[in-house]
Amino acid sequence: MIEFHLDERSGLSPYLQIVRQVRQALRLGLLREGDRLPTVKEVVAQLAINPNTVLKAYRELEHDGLVAARPGVGTFVTATLVDATLAAHGPLRQELRRWLAKARRAGLDEESIEALFMTTFRTTAQEEIA
Amino acid sequence: MIWLTWRQFRAAAAATAAALAALAAVLAITGPGLADDYATGLTGCTTQSDGCSRFLQNFFHDNQAAFLGLTAVMLALPALTGLFWGAPMITRELEAGTHRLVWNQSITRTRWLAIKLGLTGLAAMAAAGLASLAVSWWSGPIDKAAAANEPGFPRMGTLLFDVRGIVPIGYAAFAFVLGVTVGMLVRRTLPAMAITLAVFAAVQVAMPLLVRPYLRPPVHATVEISMSNLEGLGFERGGGPLRLQLRTLAPDKNGWALSSRLVDTSGNTVSSTVPVSTTSGPCAPDPARGPSACFAELKRLGYRQEVSYHPSSRFWAFQRTETGIYTILALGLAGFCFRRLRRVS
Amino acid sequence: MTAVLRAEGLGKRYGKHWALTDCTLDIPTGHVVGLVGPNGAGKTTLLNLACGQLPPTAGGITVLGGRPGGSPAQLAKVGYVAQDTPTYAGLSVAEHLKLGARLNPGWDDALARHRIERLGLRPSSRAGKLSGGQRAQLALTLGLAKRPELLILDEPVAALDPLARREFLQGLMEAAVEQQLSVVLSSHLVSDLERVCDYLIVLVDSKVQVAGELEKLLATHHRLTGPRRDPARLPADQHVISASHTDRQSTLLVRTQAPIHDPAWTVGQISLEDLVLAYMSKPADTHRRPTLEVQR
Repeated sequence: MIEFHLDERSGLSPYLQIVRQVRQALRLGLLREGDRLPTVKEVVAQLAINPNTVLKAYRELEHDGLVAARPGVGTFVTATLVDATLAAHGPLRQELRRWLAKARRAGLDEESIEALFMTTFRTTAQEEIA
Repeated sequence: MIWLTWRQFRAAAAATAAALAALAAVLAITGPGLADDYATGLTGCTTQSDGCSRFLQNFFHDNQAAFLGLTAVMLALPALTGLFWGAPMITRELEAGTHRLVWNQSITRTRWLAIKLGLTGLAAMAAAGLASLAVSWWSGPIDKAAAANEPGFPRMGTLLFDVRGIVPIGYAAFAFVLGVTVGMLVRRTLPAMAITLAVFAAVQVAMPLLVRPYLRPPVHATVEISMSNLEGLGFERGGGPLRLQLRTLAPDKNGWALSSRLVDTSGNTVSSTVPVSTTSGPCAPDPARGPSACFAELKRLGYRQEVSYHPSSRFWAFQRTETGIYTILALGLAGFCFRRLRRVS
Repeated sequence: MTAVLRAEGLGKRYGKHWALTDCTLDIPTGHVVGLVGPNGAGKTTLLNLACGQLPPTAGGITVLGGRPGGSPAQLAKVGYVAQDTPTYAGLSVAEHLKLGARLNPGWDDALARHRIERLGLRPSSRAGKLSGGQRAQLALTLGLAKRPELLILDEPVAALDPLARREFLQGLMEAAVEQQLSVVLSSHLVSDLERVCDYLIVLVDSKVQVAGELEKLLATHHRLTGPRRDPARLPADQHVISASHTDRQSTLLVRTQAPIHDPAWTVGQISLEDLVLAYMSKPADTHRRPTLEVQR
């Protein structure tokens, strides 16, 4: 079972935050096939959020084929996002660390590193879409 | 709703019941002794030369404090129910905001008010009725003595009439609903209590002055002038006319005298001076003879006192009518409360 | 789907002052409706009209298809938790439940007892001795255990500390799921409503400024920034809610159903708070700017 949390400053709507947290948990292997998601009642009682927000998030996850609702029982995980990419995380992290060290040596401070990373990330993302 | 009404009212009800029970206990213990004293005294005095008037006077004076105390209690009781039961009934809810809690349960506010008014109102009437019953019973002997006393306390008179019989029930009903009404209009407890007291006192004063005398046409009686209805007899120096100061007394001791006038033989009102010789004749001052010859002379000349009054035989008829008036006033106010209640928020 | 609340030209006047004017609403069931506006905007008046505590001066209102407060049956369908959550100070918690049981034919005693137990309230404590949060929870319990179809709450958390506020809203949302309640709650704090509401009514100066499903409202309102220009020259389907200008730049908050294609504008998303603030300081009302507290 996972527990959701909301970040009010993230700028993301609560429903999207729930969707992302489920996906994240699936990716990290915190949720596996057959696991039950918290019920709508449990989520709203914990987060004090609108029930429709949770329903909407679960519907989207269901639509994506990640979970399935069994009426009267609960919502269960039906797929997993843990895949081959998990194995690649280690080496990629290593490389990123090396790159960060290099950037610091070049005199970039935290803010500049973040800005450089984000702009590069965005432009490549846009290029891919285009 | 009955439960809630009782739950909110029980402390006040218990306090009142305890006070009334204590009063009733004291009256029950002392009452028989008092009645005995009266009966014994009354049989003893018949043999005395001046009849029983001295005994009655003494008996009244001995018990005057208790008599007046109980009268005060009976006068205050209806006012107190208005002040402490009526006025806070709605203001307390409004001040605490709890009206918004209770009016949003599955009960219409009309029903809410009906039960509160009904139960508490009945309790107020019962308290007044029981107190009146106990006090009337206990005071029976004193009342008889009081009527004979000077100044007398006739049963029909403005003081005793208000604290005996069934009118206290009507007063309590009216005072209670008046308190509720004022509370609903003023919305704050203390001002509501003050206004309730002022209005109730005004009504209680106005009733015997402006209404009660006219409930029935008064009875007129002509009475000979004698010591008993004379306040004073004046002789002017050098022999002017005779000056009479009459006392307004009902011919029956427990009756309620409203007014009196001195009339001559043709029935015209005369001012207090009577054109009769005070230098010679029966009305000349003569300590040896006393005034009785003068009274005979006045009678011969046709002078007499005309009294308008309500005889004591009307006591219960007046009690019923006045209780009815107060009940109608209370119902009218209650009706106003129900209409007004819709606009309270 | 039937409407939970429908108002048509609804108005309420106190003496010469109109507390609510020309209010027209149609709220479908199954929503948690947030009624937001500055203090004195008419929120309490609207809620009192909805639960039948006040008769309207003008127009009409139906709640769950009936006239508010008209009958015991109607009263049973609508729960109301009043401002400052009043309770009888002299009555104990258990006596409040008894009160609820006596006055409501549909009373759910098990639910009430369960809630009180879970909240850790001692049944014998007098309501006057409870903390603000506990009192609010007791009032909420009374409102929920009568099993209404619609629960109306007037500034229920305004007087509570952040923890009590969160706990209150948690309980409320849980009950909304469990009992399939429609909920209308008012607040002068946007942050109270942000998480819990999916339908919004903004009430300013006795008038409903905007009402609708939150998501649709957020999707149809945009912040436009670009070179300075006169708001009057925008396309007809773009309604300007608020506008501010520097000598070179204009920032507009507009409502429109259609997408915005003008390349001169940078289109930004807005938050609920932005939306509410924009309506509270609408250009037409700038002469009397209501004070909105934005607290977290």
